[in-house]
Amino acid sequence: MSLLSLHDIHSYYGHIHALKGISLDVNEGEIVTLIGSNGAGKSTTLRTISGLIHPKQGRIMFGGKDISQIKPHTIVLAGLGHVPEGRGIFPKLTVKENLEMGAFTVDDPNEIELRMEYGFELFPRLKERISQYGGTLSGGEQQMLAIARGLMMNPRLLMLDEPSMGLAPLLVELIFDIIKALNDKGTTILLVEQNALMALSIAHRGYVIQNGEIVVTDTAANLKRNEMVQKAYLGID
Amino acid sequence: MKRFLKSINVHELLRPLGQLIFFSLGSTVVLSAIALVLALILDRTVVGQTLFERLNVSLYTYTLVNLPQVAIDGLTIGFVYAAIALGYTMVYGVLEFINFAHSEIFAVGAFVGVEILIALDKFGILTGASLVMAYVYLILAIVGGMLAAGALAVAVERVAYRPLRHASRLVPLISAIGVSFLLQDVIRLVESLTTGQFNRIFPTFGNFDRRVILGKMTMGATNITLGVSYKSIIVIVSAVLMLVALNYLVNATKIGKAIRAVAQDHPTASLMGIDVNRIISLTFLVGGMLGGAAGVLYALKFTRIDAFVGFFPGLKAFTAAVLGGIGNMTGALLGGIVLGMLETFAGSYMGVFTMGAAGTEYKDIFAFSILILVLIFRPQGLMGANVAQKA
Repeated sequence: MSLLSLHDIHSYYGHIHALKGISLDVNEGEIVTLIGSNGAGKSTTLRTISGLIHPKQGRIMFGGKDISQIKPHTIVLAGLGHVPEGRGIFPKLTVKENLEMGAFTVDDPNEIELRMEYGFELFPRLKERISQYGGTLSGGEQQMLAIARGLMMNPRLLMLDEPSMGLAPLLVELIFDIIKALNDKGTTILLVEQNALMALSIAHRGYVIQNGEIVVTDTAANLKRNEMVQKAYLGID
Repeated sequence: MKRFLKSINVHELLRPLGQLIFFSLGSTVVLSAIALVLALILDRTVVGQTLFERLNVSLYTYTLVNLPQVAIDGLTIGFVYAAIALGYTMVYGVLEFINFAHSEIFAVGAFVGVEILIALDKFGILTGASLVMAYVYLILAIVGGMLAAGALAVAVERVAYRPLRHASRLVPLISAIGVSFLLQDVIRLVESLTTGQFNRIFPTFGNFDRRVILGKMTMGATNITLGVSYKSIIVIVSAVLMLVALNYLVNATKIGKAIRAVAQDHPTASLMGIDVNRIISLTFLVGGMLGGAAGVLYALKFTRIDAFVGFFPGLKAFTAAVLGGIGNMTGALLGGIVLGMLETFAGSYMGVFTMGAAGTEYKDIFAFSILILVLIFRPQGLMGANVAQKA
């Protein structure tokens, strides 16, 4: 059974019909990527899953529970982590405080300490910046902090919204290596990306979204060979 | 217990205390210097001569001798403003709107506190009370005022602001002004139905009206005693305690970090598992409690309260919050102290300096001139980097 499944989700931004019947599945242990161009509905899909937007229609099952009308802070408790678009770093909280907020649902201080150490192992740079305000970090460091913070709640499913956005190519590779490593250690990942090539290189399966609808779904390898995907998202004619 | 003590972040207790002392001393020194320089200049003019003829003392000496009293009075009202201003600034921090009903939250706190004491007085409990018990009753009144004001603030948010959370910014503001009028009339209604009185008087008990005498001196023909009333000491000490406690709550506890996280980014805070609505309620609770305590302290200091008692202190605390930089808690402390001091200095010396042409009754001009000047020249306030970042 899949860990997360969306069935015929319709979401609106005011009067704009942003998602027009999205269905997708993420199985335990997978990296699934959702690719598409700007405004296709990628972020809206993630925001709908994590409860920031409630769908007008459809069902979202997570770990066997319907979460489609539940508030975001309750969904977090079920084990769903969301690293939002634009990273969502709290600019006037220090790196340490940002990480502590990621573990807001965790009560055991030793556990928090352990997870923070784990985050610093993944991103040693963060440890150097531990008492700096989040707003003073570089874009790459903010992305590292956002991912480390997302891991603080030890999620069953981690959703990443455009982790490559605005980063230098070397950093993008570092981030994607870490996503792959996290997955190897057992975290299920739903990855939203404009950088389709990178996303398909680490994902097991992918969905292509256009104008609020899923147009293609296949294994990552097959998507890379798909003519339409090559033309529209991989820049290959 | 040991572990609990160890977990206390001493730095976060000392830092705000240091800030408060720094702001108090700083504004005292600056304003005293200004007053003394003005006195020196005016001493040689007709202003100095007039005073000399009247009191047989130079304007400079007159100013100097009165300074300690003026500074203490200024601090007293300054701390009250700071406690109210924190309510405005905290709510602005999390919701980016001015809770204009906060002045009535303050008034309700004052009324509940005073009514508790009047009730105790009716049973004759206050008159025979020992000094210790007098303070117990005072604390009881303050806590009562805090709880009532805190609960009211939470209820107001739930009923009048939360349904308008996603409306345009002007809408909750109008709602707040409506709530403000409503609460004023509710206080009047309740008072007229129950006591039939428009004014309520803080009962006289304990040693609050007495003064700690610091020294005596003769000034020309008159004898002057320098002293601080117990009232002022109580107001200052309780305000300092509350402000330090609040600072600790916001800066050193998990809940406080959540308040700051919500202030910076609602959706992301909710993705951390923070119940944003609960944090907003909590912010109103804390701000309301501070306002309520300030109300009781204000009643202690100025004795007489009516349904409109919140209007001017509220408006001035709002000015203080803007002066310090709205949304910034340290700014609210600074703004409150500076405003209270400035207003008291102006109120005390303007009469002599202008030969009675403009007296204490004009002191409000200073508060509101500051509001206008700050809005024109430094809309983010003295310490308001937070707001500039948000805009």
